[in-house]
Amino acid sequence: MAELLQVEGAGVRLGGRQILRDVSFGISPGEFTGLIGPNGAGKTTLLRVILGLQPVTSGSVLIDGSPRSARDASIGYVPQKLVIEPDMPLRVRDVVSLGVDGHKFGIRLPSRARRELVSDMLTAVGAQRYANARVGELSGGEQQRVMIAHALISRPRLLLLDEPLANLDISSEQGIVSLLARLARAERIAVLLSAHDMNPLLSVMDRIVYVAGGRVAVGSTDEVVQPQVLSRLYGQPVDVIRVRGRILVVAEGDTDLAAKAADIGVAG
Amino acid sequence: MFSGLMMNTWIAATVVAVIAGVVGFFAVLRGSTFAAHAIPNGAFAGAAGADLLGLNALVGLAVFSLAGALGIAALSRRSRHDVATALTFVMMLGVGALFVGWSTEYAAEAYSLLFGEVFGVGTDQVLPIVALGIVAIAAIIVMFRPLMLSSAMPEVAEARGVSGPRMELGFLLVMALATSMTVPVVGALLMFSLMIGPAATARAVTARPMLAMSLSVAIALVTAWIGIVVSYRTNWPLGFFVGVIGAGFFLLGRGWAGVRRWLVVRAAVPA
Amino acid sequence: MIVSHLLRYVFEPGFFGSGEVQVAFAVGTVIAVTSAVVGVFTVTRGQSFAGHSLGDISTTGGSGAFLLGVSQFWGYLVLGAAAAAFMELIGVQRRRGRDVATGVVLGAGTGLAALFLYLDTQSSSTTGVSFTILFGSLFAVTGSTAPALIASALLALGTVLVLARVLMLTSLSPDIAAARGVPVRAVGVAYLMALAVSVALSSMIIGAILSTALLIGPAATALRVARGPVRTMAVAAGIGVAAIWIGILLAYDSYYWPPAGRGWPVSFFVVTLTVGGYLISYLRPGPRDDRSRAAEPESPAEEEQVCSPA
Repeated sequence: MAELLQVEGAGVRLGGRQILRDVSFGISPGEFTGLIGPNGAGKTTLLRVILGLQPVTSGSVLIDGSPRSARDASIGYVPQKLVIEPDMPLRVRDVVSLGVDGHKFGIRLPSRARRELVSDMLTAVGAQRYANARVGELSGGEQQRVMIAHALISRPRLLLLDEPLANLDISSEQGIVSLLARLARAERIAVLLSAHDMNPLLSVMDRIVYVAGGRVAVGSTDEVVQPQVLSRLYGQPVDVIRVRGRILVVAEGDTDLAAKAADIGVAG
Repeated sequence: MFSGLMMNTWIAATVVAVIAGVVGFFAVLRGSTFAAHAIPNGAFAGAAGADLLGLNALVGLAVFSLAGALGIAALSRRSRHDVATALTFVMMLGVGALFVGWSTEYAAEAYSLLFGEVFGVGTDQVLPIVALGIVAIAAIIVMFRPLMLSSAMPEVAEARGVSGPRMELGFLLVMALATSMTVPVVGALLMFSLMIGPAATARAVTARPMLAMSLSVAIALVTAWIGIVVSYRTNWPLGFFVGVIGAGFFLLGRGWAGVRRWLVVRAAVPA
Repeated sequence: MIVSHLLRYVFEPGFFGSGEVQVAFAVGTVIAVTSAVVGVFTVTRGQSFAGHSLGDISTTGGSGAFLLGVSQFWGYLVLGAAAAAFMELIGVQRRRGRDVATGVVLGAGTGLAALFLYLDTQSSSTTGVSFTILFGSLFAVTGSTAPALIASALLALGTVLVLARVLMLTSLSPDIAAARGVPVRAVGVAYLMALAVSVALSSMIIGAILSTALLIGPAATALRVARGPVRTMAVAAGIGVAAIWIGILLAYDSYYWPPAGRGWPVSFFVVTLTVGGYLISYLRPGPRDDRSRAAEPESPAEEEQVCSPA
């Protein structure tokens, strides 16, 4: 079966530094993949490469077997925290509407069909309640839902999200994860979601692409999150600690273990 | 060119360049470039208008630049900074237009406020200029640490009790003071160029604050001095040379920064 | 009865009969609408300073053309467009870098203005030129030039409307736009050119002061009180048109007012109305009233990291 997304031996070199090296993995339709790794590991770079925003210096990225063309609507994208001015005149419904044709030039007259399409999408992500609010006035979780609606309304087959769970409180986190899992299954959309903490995703991930030291390890959580595998990636001794259903990855030189533990919700 | 009368010109221009270099450094750092244009030009409009109505132009200048500083600071609390500046600016210009419309004559004094009469600075004017210059520099020195902190790292400053709005107001007031004293000398058109060009160049070349500020002053001085020499020889307005030289320095500075970046990348490639 | 009495008091007899006034209204309306719509994007993109500077620089172009004996229309447009191109060329992607680039170009343009005005005073005895150019005169537009001006303004307006959705998507997220195939930089340049043309025209017709006032004021007010892009642009246009109509009216009425018996200038009235309108919108809470620093898009600290060499 042709993979929806196939990354083969991809490498990226920027400003004299090798950010990514020999990255290979594939994503099948409907698969939920977690792109996990510490901050600064290259997750955002990898996502940008898939989107076509960053050229690879070696290797290839293929969508449905061919290189990505600019107008390809098959990939939806939810960037990391957006900087939105409070007085930006876009309401939530306007943002979602832009997901359909915001990239096109010209004037479009309002139509009932569009209104209904937007409304349905807003209801699907649970944002109908604040449809007329200014997008700059939303909380982090609300904004996340709106941007997911924006990305999904053009019916992509692959949805990329860059650290969508950072800066969210626990309940918002869980809300977003279950929303994504539900929509992905219902519409058979593949999801590639980057995070520095894999724990909220353990129950929904089909596979994990673990990024560290510019390289990746690909497989199921049990296969990849192992001390030997990760130590090879990081290039230094790494411990994997499992506590109360949570996984904590500790590299040498991680001085503040308590903070890390607290960060993933394991007290003490 | 170094006769008695010209000495006044050199002294006055030097003091103005130093002030412009320092105030401009902060203006560029704080993103108040627009305010650096609005306050001198708005003040000019008011002064010209006041003068045409028979009121003291310098008082008009001081009042309008003060009003400008207060207006921008007040509106900035609830508006974007550049919108606050734009609206305050046009209001000053509108009132200036009103005064001009009321008067029935055209006075050379107003013209000189636009261009300045640095070549005709009287000895009796030099002392107040130097005195006001010292006051402005002193104000900056007093405010220096909190102003630097608030300009470069506003959240940290707030956490340490340095109020952002208060620093903004303080800075704008210093700019108003600097304007009042420099516009009669070098004119409204020129003050802005002297504040922005050198400071922008300095910032393009280095991010270290003290170095950038010193560089800003140095470039302002060089620009003003070269400008005086050429303007003296050709009789063309000083403002023209300052504007063009300022832009030239800026392009050089950006070019230098670009070359340095390219050299760094090249050095790192074999890895 | 009272109404007609009131109307007769406000509208001097023969007001609308004057050809001069008719042209002023027509042109003023088109300029107000164009400026307001372009202004909405200018304010949200944080380019108010650029919008103002292009007005000043265009005006310099007009002086230059006047000196050379060439058509002022082209002087305004060419220098305005050239300045916009320069700003884009030497500008930086980050907002503050852009303002500084704008400032440097303005400084050079201002210097040119100084030169032109100086040369003008050398060549002729008319020293009133500088004030007219700074303060503008709506009633100086003649019936013959009006069609060309209106057409150019509509062209700029049309360009911005065609770019509107793409501009909004880019403001929302340049990455999403780029990933969807939008040529982000080219769109920014096209918009800046439309801004330059719009501002050049308005500076030419109504003066540099009003050009800025009508660009920023109505848009800033609309952004506070309206939601949704279409509604915001409509409200801005409405405010702009109202300001210029009432401004023209008051200027006409003020003919016999003290102190000079020559009328108060239109620019004063229109500016007061636009700024006043904005201040009135303060009565109701608006989107930026909760000035938490988190709302500032780029802290200078980021700028420091980004701008430091190597």
